[in-house]
Amino acid sequence: MNMIQAINSALDVCMGRDADVMVMGEDVGYFGGVFRATAGLQAKYGKTRVFDTPITEIGIMGVAIGMGAYGLRPVPEIQFADYIYPALDQLVSEAARLRYRSAGEFTSPITIRSPYGGGIFGGQTHSQSPEGIFTHVSGMKTVIPSTPYDAKGLLIAAIEDNDPVLFLEPKRIYNGPFNGHWDRPAENWSKHPGGEVPTGYYRVDLGKAKVVRPGEALTILAYGTMVHVCAQVIADEGVDAEIIDLRTLVPLDIETIEASVKKTGRCMIVHEATRTSGFGAELSALVQERCFYHLEAPIERVTGFDTPYPHSLEWAYFPGPVRIGQALKKIMKDA
Amino acid sequence: MAGEHPRANLQPLRLHVPEPKFRPGDPVDFVGVDIPPAGAARRPDTAESAHDFTDLAYTMVRVLDEDGRAVGPWDPKLSPDMLRRMLRNMALLRAFDERMFRAQRQGKTSFYMKATGEEAVAIAAAQALDADDMCFPSYRQQGLLIARGYPLVEMMNQIYSNTGDKLQGKQLPIMYSARDFGFFSISGNLTTQYPQAVGWAMASAAKGDTRIAATWCGEGSTAEGDFHSACTFASVYRAPVIFNVVNNQWAISSFSGFAGAESTTFAARAIGYGIAGLRVDGNDALAVYAATLWAAERARTNAGPTLIEHFTYRAEGHSTSDDPTQYRSAGEPTAWPLGDPIARLKQHLIVIGEWDEERHAAQDRELAEYVRAQQKDAEKNGILGHGLHQPLDSLFDGVFEEMPWHLREQQAQMIAEEEASGRPWARK
Repeated sequence: MNMIQAINSALDVCMGRDADVMVMGEDVGYFGGVFRATAGLQAKYGKTRVFDTPITEIGIMGVAIGMGAYGLRPVPEIQFADYIYPALDQLVSEAARLRYRSAGEFTSPITIRSPYGGGIFGGQTHSQSPEGIFTHVSGMKTVIPSTPYDAKGLLIAAIEDNDPVLFLEPKRIYNGPFNGHWDRPAENWSKHPGGEVPTGYYRVDLGKAKVVRPGEALTILAYGTMVHVCAQVIADEGVDAEIIDLRTLVPLDIETIEASVKKTGRCMIVHEATRTSGFGAELSALVQERCFYHLEAPIERVTGFDTPYPHSLEWAYFPGPVRIGQALKKIMKDA
Repeated sequence: MAGEHPRANLQPLRLHVPEPKFRPGDPVDFVGVDIPPAGAARRPDTAESAHDFTDLAYTMVRVLDEDGRAVGPWDPKLSPDMLRRMLRNMALLRAFDERMFRAQRQGKTSFYMKATGEEAVAIAAAQALDADDMCFPSYRQQGLLIARGYPLVEMMNQIYSNTGDKLQGKQLPIMYSARDFGFFSISGNLTTQYPQAVGWAMASAAKGDTRIAATWCGEGSTAEGDFHSACTFASVYRAPVIFNVVNNQWAISSFSGFAGAESTTFAARAIGYGIAGLRVDGNDALAVYAATLWAAERARTNAGPTLIEHFTYRAEGHSTSDDPTQYRSAGEPTAWPLGDPIARLKQHLIVIGEWDEERHAAQDRELAEYVRAQQKDAEKNGILGHGLHQPLDSLFDGVFEEMPWHLREQQAQMIAEEEASGRPWARK
C-alpha cells in the first residue's frame, strides 16, 4: 500500500470495529478527499458516519469536540495543515483542555488528520509544518508517520486514544519515500519495506520512536519526509549514523533518544518546519540536558529557514541532501 | 495625505463608531426602545419553514402584559405549581448570586459573576427542556444548574476551589461542569460552546437518539467566528439544537451596538442562515418558557434548529472585577422598560390569585437562610487561599488520560522542590 491507501485502510478498520468512529471534513464524503484518503468510506458506512462539511475549520473542530463530548470518536480532517489556524482556538482552548478543566467529566477522543509538509511546490499555504505550535499545547498529542505501515498502525492507535491527537501526514511521501533528490525519478512504496501493510487491524503504539537505521557515528532525530532524506544523505556520504524516526512528538520517546546520543556522542536534528521555536529546539534542549557529558560536538539543527515557505525557491528552502550533507560534515569534523 | 484627496469634490468618508445613548451621569430615557405589546406576536407551527420568520425576528414574543396577565398565543398555560417553582428558582438564583458576590467581596474567593435581571433566561429555559437535554452554557446561565436541582454546595465548592470542588481547583470560579445534570464544562473562551453544541446535537441525531442540545451566548459573543460556523453547521445538517442569544445590552463596557445591534436584531441573524428566529422578552419567564418549548419541539421533530434572542438587561456589573458606573448611566437598570423578571412573574401569580406579598417575603427570607446554610456547609470544605485544598501533585492530573513521562518528571521535580523549600504547603 502507499500511505494514502494505508490511511484509508486504518479508517476503514476503525469504522468497521467501532460504530462511534465518524469521519468528517471538507470534501471527505462523496468525493473521498482531495488526496483520496477517505475514498469509498461514505459508500461503505453511510452519510451519517462519513460526511462533507462546510468550509469552516472552526466549525469542523468545534463540532468534532461536541461529538466527542457526546461519546463519539470523530476523525475530522483539515484539508491542509496550513489551514488549521482558524481551528486553533477550538484545539488549544477546548479539545486539549476539556479533560483537565472538567476533571475528566468530558473528554475529546478526537483525531485530527491533516496533510502537512513541503516538497511539492505547494508554496506558502500548502507546505507548512506547524507541529511546533501543537507540541507546545499541553493536553494534545502529535503524531507524524513516515511509512505506510506506521501510518496505518499509528492512525489506529490515535483513533483509539482517549485524548486529542493531531495526526500530520507528510503529503510528499503519500505516494513514495521521497529521498530529497527532486531531480531524480520518483520512487513508490512498492519497493520499500514500509509499504508492506497488513489489511487487518494492528497498532503502532503512540509514544514509541523507531530506530530505522542503527549506527555508531552520530544520532539523527527526524520524522516524516526527513527520515527518508536523511537516510539517503548518510548513504551518499558513507556515514554510520543512527537514524531515529520519532513517530510521536508528544509524548516523546525520550529513552530511545537518550540511549542513542549517549552511545554516539553526536546529535543532528532535522525538520522541515522553520527553525526558531520549532520542535527541534525542544529536542536540542532535551538532548543537551540529558546527554551533556556525552556530547562531542554541538547539536546541529537542519530545518526550514525562518521565512514563509517559498514557491520558486523550494529546493533552496527544503532541508535536502545539500544542506543536510553540509551539516553532517560539520558535526563529524572532529570525529 | 488626510484631507488632501485629489478628487476633492467628493464628500469625505466618515467612519461610524457606535456610541451608547447614555453615559455616566446622563439621564436615562428608554422611550426609543421598541417594545411591542404582549400577546401580539403570532405563534407559528413548529414545522414552519425558516423562510417565514422575518416578522418574528424583528418583533418580540411577550406573554405577560403590564398588569401581569398572561395573554396571546404564546401563553404556555402553566399550572400554578409550575409557575411557583419558576418563581422560586429565580429567587433562589438571585439569593445565591447575592451571597456569592458578597463572598468574593469578603475575600473568600477570587471572582464571581451575577445573572441579576437575567434569571428568567436560564430558569425558564431549564424548566422547558427535558432533564437529559444537554446544555452548553456561557458563564451567566448558573440558573440552569439551580433549576435542575444541582446542589448549591457543589456550586459553592467550585467557587471556593475547596476540598469539595469536583473540578479539583483547576477552574476559575463559576466555570462549572456537571455532566450528570446536562451541563457542559464552561470555558473562558467565548462562544466556543456554540459549534460544540451543534456537534453534540448532530451526534444525537446521527445515533438516532431523542435528546437535543441547547446553547447560550451573550449578544457580544455573537461577533465571534464560532457563532457563524455554528449557525452554518446547524442549518446545513438541521441539527436538533437551540441557540440562545442573551441580549443583555452590554458586553463588559461595550454596548450591543458593537455587536451590530444598531442595524438589526440578533434574532434576525437566523434568517440568513435558514434558521427559525424568535425574539423574546427575556424578562418574561412565560415567554422564555414558551419559546424554548416551541424550539425544543421543532428540534425533536427534526424540523431543525432555532435561534432565540432573549431581549434583557444586565442589571449589574459584568463581574466582580467590573464597575459599570464607569461606562453607563446608573439610571439604566431601574429605567429598563421590561422591568425585573422576578417582579413580573410574582405579579402574575398574585393577579391569578396564586401568590401574595406575604408568601413572597417569607420565601425570600427562607431562601436567604437556605443559601446561608449551604454556604456554611461549603465553607467547612475551605475557602480560597486558606490552606492547600488539593494535593500538590494533583496539578498534573487529567492533562492526559495517562500521565506521560514528561509530566511525571515535572511532577516529581515540583514535589522535590516544594519539600526542599520549606514552604508551609504540606504535601497531602
